[in-house]
Amino acid sequence: MAIEILMPALSPTMEEGTLAKWLVKEGDKVKSGQIMAEIETDKATMEFEAVDEGIIGKLLVAEGTAGVKVNTAIAVLVQEGESADAAPAPVAAKAAPVAAVAAAPVAAPVAVVSKASADWPEGTKMKTMTVREALREAMAEEMRADPTVFLMGEEVGEYQGAYKISQGLLDEFGPKRVVDTPITEHGFTGIAVGASWGGLRPIVEFMTWNFAMQAIDHIINSAAKTNYMSGGQMGAPMVFRGTNGAAARVGAQHSQDYAAWYSAIPGLKVVMPYSAADAKGLLKTAIRDNNPVIFLENEIMYGHSFEVPDLPDFTIPFGKARIWREGTDVTIVSFGIGMRYALEAADLLAKDGISAEVVDLRTLRPLDYDTVLASVMKTNRCVTVEEGFPVGSIGNHLSAVIMERAFDYLDAPVINCTGKDVPMPYAANLEKHALLTTAEVVAAVKSVCYR
Amino acid sequence: MAPKKEPAKTNVSKDDLLHYYREMLLIRRFEEKAGQLYGMGLIGGFCHLYIGQEAVVVGLEACAKPGDKRLTSYRDHGHMLACGMDANGVMAELTGRSGGYSKGKGGSMHMFSKERHFYGGHGIVGAQVPLGAGLAFADKYLGNDNVTFAYFGDGAANQGQVYETYNMAELWNLPVVFVIENNQYAMGTSVKRSTKSTTLFGRGLAYGIQGEAVDGMDVLAVKAAGEKAVAACRAGEGPCILEMMTYRYRGHSMSDPAKYRTREEVEKMKTEKDAIEHVRDLLLGAGLASDEELKAIDKDIKEIVNASAEFAKDSPEPDLSELWTDIYA
Ligand SMILES: Cc1ncc(C[n+]2csc(CCOP(=O)(O)OP(=O)(O)O)c2C)c(N)n1
Ligand SMILES: [Mg+2]
Repeated sequence: MAIEILMPALSPTMEEGTLAKWLVKEGDKVKSGQIMAEIETDKATMEFEAVDEGIIGKLLVAEGTAGVKVNTAIAVLVQEGESADAAPAPVAAKAAPVAAVAAAPVAAPVAVVSKASADWPEGTKMKTMTVREALREAMAEEMRADPTVFLMGEEVGEYQGAYKISQGLLDEFGPKRVVDTPITEHGFTGIAVGASWGGLRPIVEFMTWNFAMQAIDHIINSAAKTNYMSGGQMGAPMVFRGTNGAAARVGAQHSQDYAAWYSAIPGLKVVMPYSAADAKGLLKTAIRDNNPVIFLENEIMYGHSFEVPDLPDFTIPFGKARIWREGTDVTIVSFGIGMRYALEAADLLAKDGISAEVVDLRTLRPLDYDTVLASVMKTNRCVTVEEGFPVGSIGNHLSAVIMERAFDYLDAPVINCTGKDVPMPYAANLEKHALLTTAEVVAAVKSVCYR
Repeated sequence: MAPKKEPAKTNVSKDDLLHYYREMLLIRRFEEKAGQLYGMGLIGGFCHLYIGQEAVVVGLEACAKPGDKRLTSYRDHGHMLACGMDANGVMAELTGRSGGYSKGKGGSMHMFSKERHFYGGHGIVGAQVPLGAGLAFADKYLGNDNVTFAYFGDGAANQGQVYETYNMAELWNLPVVFVIENNQYAMGTSVKRSTKSTTLFGRGLAYGIQGEAVDGMDVLAVKAAGEKAVAACRAGEGPCILEMMTYRYRGHSMSDPAKYRTREEVEKMKTEKDAIEHVRDLLLGAGLASDEELKAIDKDIKEIVNASAEFAKDSPEPDLSELWTDIYA
């Protein structure tokens, strides 16, 4: 049967092209794969190959014709003994059966119910420990419980950890499960993602998150997106952890806070704990989670002590904020080391008669919007606090959500307290100015309270 | 027609040769059909055809056992068919339909089959190299004797992450075969225009990894080299590099200006080195198969491929609710 040869689409965006040159003439025999024509698009001149075998019955479009629309018939291919005038087989593209168009998902006005609740039963025995010890205990407990959990990173083994988080783990678990890597973030992160596909639960320690920029391709393109791209067949059950944000006097390349960057990515979960109890409970949850989890720690916080429940298997669920301090006049929302400024400010403000409610987000993705909104609906004012850059910050995002879902409750615009919009300077005096300060938080709160 | 290679001096069985013939032909016809569907607007975006390189994946798959893993770049249709994935599911993913391997959410470059141990389809040049070593890391950790085949191009061979991976794969003795599919071009850039160190497998020596160049247009040579590499991996001797000298007949993707090589160069490869013709000659030359037998295979393959195209056209687009599923496990 005669077949119509159609003007091909040769690029994702091509709608029409110029039939620059025919390389076959009527009556020619063509084989599949043989080049029949040259077609010019806005991008390039391309060769057009035959798909089917046959004889060129008729050339329908003369060479040199411009503006030939994709899918118009340009020639007729016939078989031996057939006439070109025989009705051609319809080979036009079949339109896909289109699924009904659903309305764009609009956030329905759902009731706002704070999820904040106690993380452990009243009367639980507590012990004092540092954030460092809490992180170590979380990893050790999970490694004892699940033989597929292993730790990989630079200096995590024999050196006992650049920040001593993994101290003692090599002794207990051996080099198979505490793997020292060369200084090759891109490579070992890819290897860890592959290992997660192969049935393991890797914990990747980045010496600091600044160096993970070399590996961000694998974190996002290979780990975060694979579950979606595979239609749910395979994800990356793993944890990426390490110290994040500014330490002290280490300059621009070693001081960035990545909270907002990673929180922007669907497919990742993002955790940034402040207290030791949260560090422990959330890291255990992260290791058990079947998704890639970004776990952002802070060097300055490693040595700080907190009360941690003395329970054999203590975890904290993702997506649940913690109200550190109840108040009535203003909501201060923060996370990670930002909580230090938030809590200090709340103390100072109390002396001035301002009652601040302080919310610790703890996980940034999923984010506990409802606890924030419930608090703002009560206090009618909000200040956000974080160390990261101001543009595209978590605070910016929260302001937008509060505006959309609690606009009528606001008595003042939301203010975002952040680090300054500059690379971190080295000089002591400049660094002090680049960083967020408690005084700035106090001033922001006074401003939204019109005081 | 240009003179063909001398006829079979092979002790390969008829069954094996027929199997290679069939598998390579399936890939070629499938790819031709994909190109056609692209021209009809049924496949969108990028679509990288494997035509010309069929012997590489078919020869290496002949060395694999159940449990072995493989992953490659965006030029992945051939690898999927060769490891036993269903032509319908692959074609329907190309058309972005719910019957595709990723329910239409991955597309030509991002397809996976956990069941067939196919770990993608990777759109970022070089990414699959450490990922493949990671799969091998998991197998070694779990204590089985599986091997991972990590395929990548001559262009990808210049990525830094490849060398980070070589270093760790040898350091940790990982059971991974690094397969460089040297088709001589990375889009429009020839190997000579991208490096002075053109013996790509040789770069592994700096890390202690053995390797060799193989005639990637000869499925028997590929199989022989693959057997050695796989045996070494299974014996715990660590990784190997196989540099498959091959050639892609079609453009890099669908829109390719084709100005970086001459038409004569392409024609010469097609007429003198074609991998499918080679096996056909072996079969006919040694009297192992008749023209009729091969015609019957051709017909069979055509039916499979046409059926996959019909399936890929008829399978509905994914339900809009799928937009929000599979983001998290
Ligand atoms: C990191 C990255 N850079 C650039 C690209 C765009 N790109 C896609 S394929 C390609 C050429 C790769 O050639 P090669 O590795 O030889 O593989 P082949 O296409 O020949 O199979 C380029 C530059 C990409 N996908 N990823
Ligand atoms: Mg190439």
